[in-house]
Amino acid sequence: MKEDILLEVKNLKTHFITSKGTAKAVDGLDFVLKKGETLGIVGESGCGKSITSLSILRLIPSPPGKIVDGQILLHGKDLVEMSDQEIRKIRGNQISMIFQEPMTSLNPVIPVGEQIAEALRLHQKLSRKQAWEKAVEMIRLVGIPAPEKRAKQEPYQLSGGMRQRVMIAMALACTPEVLIADEPTTALDVTIQAQILELMKDLQRKIGMGIIFITHDLGVVAEMCDKVAVMYAGQIVEYQTTANLFKTPLHPYTQGLIGSLPKLYEDQEELQIIEGTVPSPYDYPTGCRFADRCPFVQDLCRNQQPEIIHVEDSQQVRCWKYTDQWKEELVKEEVIL
Amino acid sequence: MLLFILKRLAQVVPVIFGVTLVVFLIMQMVPGDPAIIMAGEGASTETVEQLREDLGLNEPLHVQYFSYIGNILQGSLGNSLKNNQPVLDEILIRLPITMELAFFSILITIVLGLTAGIISAVKPYSVSDISVMVVALLGISLPSFWLGLLLMYTFSIKLQWLPVAGWDSFAHIILPAITLGAGGAAIVARMTRSSMLEVIGQDYVRTARAKGLKEHTIIYKHALRNALIPVITVVGLQFGSLLGGTVIVESVFAINGLGRMIVDAIRTRDIPMVQGGVLVASLVFVFVNLLVDVMYKVFNKRIDLN
Repeated sequence: MKEDILLEVKNLKTHFITSKGTAKAVDGLDFVLKKGETLGIVGESGCGKSITSLSILRLIPSPPGKIVDGQILLHGKDLVEMSDQEIRKIRGNQISMIFQEPMTSLNPVIPVGEQIAEALRLHQKLSRKQAWEKAVEMIRLVGIPAPEKRAKQEPYQLSGGMRQRVMIAMALACTPEVLIADEPTTALDVTIQAQILELMKDLQRKIGMGIIFITHDLGVVAEMCDKVAVMYAGQIVEYQTTANLFKTPLHPYTQGLIGSLPKLYEDQEELQIIEGTVPSPYDYPTGCRFADRCPFVQDLCRNQQPEIIHVEDSQQVRCWKYTDQWKEELVKEEVIL
Repeated sequence: MLLFILKRLAQVVPVIFGVTLVVFLIMQMVPGDPAIIMAGEGASTETVEQLREDLGLNEPLHVQYFSYIGNILQGSLGNSLKNNQPVLDEILIRLPITMELAFFSILITIVLGLTAGIISAVKPYSVSDISVMVVALLGISLPSFWLGLLLMYTFSIKLQWLPVAGWDSFAHIILPAITLGAGGAAIVARMTRSSMLEVIGQDYVRTARAKGLKEHTIIYKHALRNALIPVITVVGLQFGSLLGGTVIVESVFAINGLGRMIVDAIRTRDIPMVQGGVLVASLVFVFVNLLVDVMYKVFNKRIDLN
């Protein structure tokens, strides 16, 4: 349903123009986030996940970074085209973000309650007292004991898990419609990680926001997400529901990723690996960016970049394997043989 | 906090002993006999000898030193060899003048330095940044006696806006304070710039942006408070060289402050006066350092003072 669409990203391209050349960190991204839905963006380090999230809030350090093309539509309004003043009204209000590093993402010299309250004063025009009370309430909501006392403390007096809870409280204070969580649990140990994920799901049910969940952890994806976009070298290579992704991964890269997970009930001597390394964003190959590492590679793959193909209604993949050309290619090979 | 301040005050005692010892020994080593200077040229040997006896200059060094310390503990810094007046009285007249000069100089250092540093850091490598940094480089390079003369020539002699020398009104303070504060302002500006640039690149500044805060709030509330911590150190250190600088600036602008008093006293080998002056200057410096440490705690609660 069209009206359920919160955020729509169309052909987003974020490039970094440096003395070494142009790094195409995000290179033509399309996805849709619906109300109450959690979209996972997965991929290995450097594939452009974090740059995507920063691009949405226009937080790319510029120069050298720049959104060179595409649209980011929030309720149909393009964030890319907005003035600085307009985008400031969106940030922290309609779209919030939780960052990867709870240790460094909070200001070390400002009490955490104030760090939450300032966004409330700014966006919801609350008075100092009201904002503070709401901030304390938010700290309570994310499950930190003694919120009145904690609110007055500075980040160094809080544990890592508590700081990430504060980050979540800060992000959710203005009840955003979209929450971007950029590896929110990566820096935390496993028990705290589970608590934080549970908390996010719980708050999502209460507030009904859409979440973009960025991670490299497939386990977390399975736990959290409705849909998944798999990114490789600045592009989405596969986009489908989480259940289908684990059942029938389409792209050879996704198949490799899932294959490389240790399996609980099978006797494995060694884990599967994906040979080779990611191409440099300064110099992508002409054909498929995964071609050099792909076990199914054909000449076609090296010569021409594949487009996103709709395999089934909800399954999208960027791979020649699922096209008619591929079948023709195979027929040709058989003829030669 | 209180415990820390008390502890630091207790530390002042050995520091003061050290200062008195060093000054005492240095004054013993410099050539020239105070008794001869006091008695004046052409005085008879007997007169000089009598003076030496009266001043206790014939006593062994350690006896002289301990009687000096004993006097300090009784609140006396001795009498001037020149006019036999109590040193403390002279210092109490001079110190407020120097403190006033130091206060306005450090004010210029802080206000000018911080402003320039922030302007530079907000738009790095822009025209404003480069011009500010060039001026700052000049500020560091110019010796204060030369800058003082230059300012005096321009604003007092040519433009006749400000008085040439002396210490009667607020207008008299302006040029000496600028002369004395300029070097520090330049150093503070450079420090603020690099510290701000580092802080602006931190994750928490990005968090502040992601909250939708205005650039103004981000710079002054989130970045500056963190960037100030290393700047406070520099300002504290700067105060030490500023006290040293009063010696030159007071001489250039003919201000009867503590610095000029010490210079005159050194010239006439007025040992009690030099010792008293240096002692008081060191005391001031020690207290300023204490103040700097307390400021650290105010700006960064993570610092455990104890």
